Amino acid sequence: MTNGWVDIKNTDMMLIMGGNPAENHPCGFKWVVEAKKVRNAKLVVVDPRFQRTASQADHFCQIRAGTDIAFLGGLINYAIQNNRFNKEYVSNYTNAALIVNKGFKLPEDGLFSGYNPATMAYNVSSWNYEAGGNVTGTAAAAIAAGDGPATADTAAQVAAPQPAAMATGMGHAAGGPAAAKASPGAAPAPPSLPPDVSYDTSLEHPRCVFQLMKKQFSRYTPERVESITGIPREKCIKAWDMYTSIRKDGDMKKVGTIIYSVGWTQHSNGSQIIRTAAMIQLLLGNVGRAGGGVNALRGHSNIQGATDMAGVFDILPGYLKMPVPADTDFATYAKRITPTSAKPKEWDSFNYWSNTSKFAVSFLKAMYGDKATKETDWAFNYLPKIDRKYSWVEQWDNMYRGTVKGLMSFGMNGVAIGPNSHKNINALKKADWLVVGDIYPEETSDFWRSPGISDDEKKQIKTEVYRLPCAGFAEKDGTFVNSARWLQWKWAAVPPPGEAKLDQEILARIFLGVKALYQKEGGKFPDAILGLSWPYANPNNPSLTEVAKEINGKTLADTHDDKQTPTDWKAGQQLPGFAWLRDDGSTSCGNWLYCGSWPDAGSNTQRRNPDDPSGLGIHPTWGWSWPANRRVLYNRASCNLEGKPWDPTRKQVWWNEATGKWAGNDVPDFKVDSNPKDHMGPFIMNPEGVARLFVPLGPMADGPFPEHYEPIESPVVNELHPKQSNSPVVKKYKTDMDKYGTVADGYDIVCTTYRLTEHYHYWTKNNPMNVQLVPEPFVEIGEDLANERSIKGGEKVKVTSARGTYIAKALVTTRIKSMQIAGKKIYQIGIPIHWGYRGIQEDKGVTGLTPANLLSPTVIDPNAYTPEFKGFLVKLEKA
Amino acid sequence: MSNGTMEIKAISGHRGGTPGGGVYDQSDGKTRSGTSRDYDVCKLVDTTTCIGCKACEVACLEWNGYDFRDTTFDNTYQTMPDTAWNFWNLIRFNEDTDADGNLQWLMRKDQCMHCADPGCLEACPADGAIVQYQNGIVDFNQEHCIGCQYCVTGCPFNIPKFNDQTKKVYKCTLCSDRVGAGLEPACIKACPTGCLHFGSKEDMLFEANKRVGQIKANTSYKDAGVYDPEGVGGTHVIYVLHDATNPERYGGLPRDPRIPFMVKMWKGPLKWLGGLGITLGAFAMFMHYVRYGPKRVEGEEEKKA
Repeated sequence: MTNGWVDIKNTDMMLIMGGNPAENHPCGFKWVVEAKKVRNAKLVVVDPRFQRTASQADHFCQIRAGTDIAFLGGLINYAIQNNRFNKEYVSNYTNAALIVNKGFKLPEDGLFSGYNPATMAYNVSSWNYEAGGNVTGTAAAAIAAGDGPATADTAAQVAAPQPAAMATGMGHAAGGPAAAKASPGAAPAPPSLPPDVSYDTSLEHPRCVFQLMKKQFSRYTPERVESITGIPREKCIKAWDMYTSIRKDGDMKKVGTIIYSVGWTQHSNGSQIIRTAAMIQLLLGNVGRAGGGVNALRGHSNIQGATDMAGVFDILPGYLKMPVPADTDFATYAKRITPTSAKPKEWDSFNYWSNTSKFAVSFLKAMYGDKATKETDWAFNYLPKIDRKYSWVEQWDNMYRGTVKGLMSFGMNGVAIGPNSHKNINALKKADWLVVGDIYPEETSDFWRSPGISDDEKKQIKTEVYRLPCAGFAEKDGTFVNSARWLQWKWAAVPPPGEAKLDQEILARIFLGVKALYQKEGGKFPDAILGLSWPYANPNNPSLTEVAKEINGKTLADTHDDKQTPTDWKAGQQLPGFAWLRDDGSTSCGNWLYCGSWPDAGSNTQRRNPDDPSGLGIHPTWGWSWPANRRVLYNRASCNLEGKPWDPTRKQVWWNEATGKWAGNDVPDFKVDSNPKDHMGPFIMNPEGVARLFVPLGPMADGPFPEHYEPIESPVVNELHPKQSNSPVVKKYKTDMDKYGTVADGYDIVCTTYRLTEHYHYWTKNNPMNVQLVPEPFVEIGEDLANERSIKGGEKVKVTSARGTYIAKALVTTRIKSMQIAGKKIYQIGIPIHWGYRGIQEDKGVTGLTPANLLSPTVIDPNAYTPEFKGFLVKLEKA
Repeated sequence: MSNGTMEIKAISGHRGGTPGGGVYDQSDGKTRSGTSRDYDVCKLVDTTTCIGCKACEVACLEWNGYDFRDTTFDNTYQTMPDTAWNFWNLIRFNEDTDADGNLQWLMRKDQCMHCADPGCLEACPADGAIVQYQNGIVDFNQEHCIGCQYCVTGCPFNIPKFNDQTKKVYKCTLCSDRVGAGLEPACIKACPTGCLHFGSKEDMLFEANKRVGQIKANTSYKDAGVYDPEGVGGTHVIYVLHDATNPERYGGLPRDPRIPFMVKMWKGPLKWLGGLGITLGAFAMFMHYVRYGPKRVEGEEEKKA
């Protein structure tokens, strides 16, 4: 979340889409209720089903799963057409005014400029800004000269910018041979942003980001959105009108929030859906403001913490980028991952990531202690380098192909969470060993007895399975990081039962065992293991207090710094914040974002003072939030250019002319002494200083703007560009287990998956209380589909995808309707995911023993690598 | 389930004053002992903010110490078709459409309404089996229950449920044990959205009417209203409904609940009949004693007694 749970109470307007918080976050949903009751806030809900959250909505739209960008793109179009945006915010706080270079082409035919069909990837060099100065006032001339974005015809002729020239800020972007034609073998220098970006604050230049965005989404007309999403146009327009009504004629007093969850991430274009939401919030001036923001609801109690601590393969803790083989030493690595400021010359940019080397060196000090010195290049060579993608789905694919030989599965149930559970089961059959740490026997540890495996076959499975009894959440201490980025310490309620052990003890014992083997036998590269810092009082069972303090970081030498208060530090002191981090080896810090969570005075995560002096739900002394105990990110944007709050009744931060500093109820997310006159951008983590409506140079693999692509399995072709129906960069997997269904094969129904309030993932099927509340798996089927297929509520049905079969009882409901998509009647069904083949009901033989993810396809988002659990094709029949 | 710290207002099968726990002084309206509240308590259930999460169902079971039961999927999110002797709090899920044809999913927390004029108590012939406290809680004392199930007939909300094993009737106590100790009922404490409130009847009515005013002014629900039915003298559980003109839409909430005619007759005009029966019975017992002497209880039965 850019904002936080409590902050939702400050809003005037809510769009909840791709999430069902009343179902899955009932405690947090209280703030939605609070906003409705206290501020008369309105709630718009868009979902494939009328669900618990929809029951609270002022307006509901039923959408076809996987068409979110079409709906949101229509909203952007509506806001621009109806002057429902704020020009001051958009032109100064986003990159709307920046000019994009001539070679860039919008995806009228489904492809942005630079696509290479052979690699199914983009050469992103044309996705860049033009270098130069202020071109405000030249728009008319540019239009007269036909200087718009490239088209399919002209894109090939217009040369991509010369990266080297741009890196040095020389010359205009256009001109010269295409950078893409680099000779094989010699890796071209990666393209970079120009330091001096051309811009037009009138937002009229045909190649400024705003005009490109306007053009891109002008194609998302109500008629087209209706035909793609299945939402009747009058309902779309009502939703768009309601949501944008907070910004009538650009008035900035009111605020709207967008709340989402995995209903957005679990698509083959999930990241782009969230980007579209971010663009809406930027266009409307809702980012950085109390009651605004783009708010991801995390699905587990500590999934935010897992992400912060490098839950994904391509990041290190604190979102530092993972090294790649080309990073031959620390300097090369640091140069690659440290952005340089790129902005209009007259503006200022904090470019906070320019501090990257301080975070990285301090991290290496925390990892390798005394082994990480200037002389050893900070032990940078100990870090693994990623040569390809190692995402979750790819690991299982590798296991199925036989290249991954073993799996340690903690805190998850890999077979059940899928996708394509059957492939995962078969992958485990090929593994040499499997270690499962859990509190229950589950689908992964018991993969060898999943339905369909005969006794004879069981004997053939050679995988050695180790099941380690773990501690449950109430048996462990440590921090939970919630969706609002709050670190809150929790205390163990009871000790682990029987032989169960804490996770850290299990991991420590395995690590020390492996280390002993390396010590004894050597190996390919023992240094990285032997050199790991392990400074815990009980090496076999480190306390999480020690680990949390290590992550916060400390000084390693007596230091003096005039810029900080206090100025003098003794070695060994806990650091009060990341501003103290250095890249000379005098500080260590496990995750720079958490620096300040455990200073010398004690753990801030254990604070429980509920005071809220501002009444804005900031609660500054309750727990601690990253970064720097700041509760709303980008909060400089809650003020106008002069530094005065857009809404004086919701004052978060403000510029104090007398002191020459930013002050606030919240911690200012800004350079504290940057005078508004200097025009420093509020989005200090971007080298531009402003937020990105257009994402230059390919952090988004599938395009600098969002574009609607059909799910990999879709009942229709993409109306916008039938020849490019799916995302051009999403790859299908190629093993014999990776099958994809089509309408022609009889898979004619759109299926989506989700969770229920009454259950928690795949655990609570072991708890009688939850089982009592919802005892069996079911399939939600609309009345009209049920009537057509003569299915009655409570009857068993069989749902089949190209990959597997799911058997459960039908729940026939009015809450899912058939839809008209591109003139065709399309049905949609929904499956809650909570069952498998181990659990109370499963062990009694009451259920079908079919995990829901037997159905879902092996397809992942190209940016975040999240599988497409929402919106795939199935057929439905009576069982 | 009853609580000795709360003063009694009415008691089943009993005429005259309120024996036992009666420490309420009418002259100054003060409570002389215990921690009971000296006002009418009330639960407010705002159905417009209920998300049907069932936290109240679980809290009710756990606080009252009831086991989990086997349930069967029944084409609904609702845990089971009806409340049970050991399942007092049930969210009823109802799919519906509003006047404009928009889908609605109405969720209502069903439990004992704790009527000001309780039909169960009215109907109950067993002395002390049902008590109504001064604070409005209507509570069953199973040790005095004779299992006649007249209370089931007497209740217009179909709340009291008979247990075949114990031959007693059970229902929601409004957590009289918690309330007697100055706490809110378990369901209130568990509610995550603030849909459930607890306080004095006066305060809850004020909150409910305020909310109704807000709903009418700001949403399309122009028929919103408070459910506090007069037919049973008002209730100590009140609802805010989106559509107070059709309470039946919320899983059979009666529009105008009243104590059944026969129960009224039984405790009203025909009371003398009952009185006569009791008098005749007592006379018969006396004659039996005079004729045959005291009944002898021996061995195991004596110990049990």
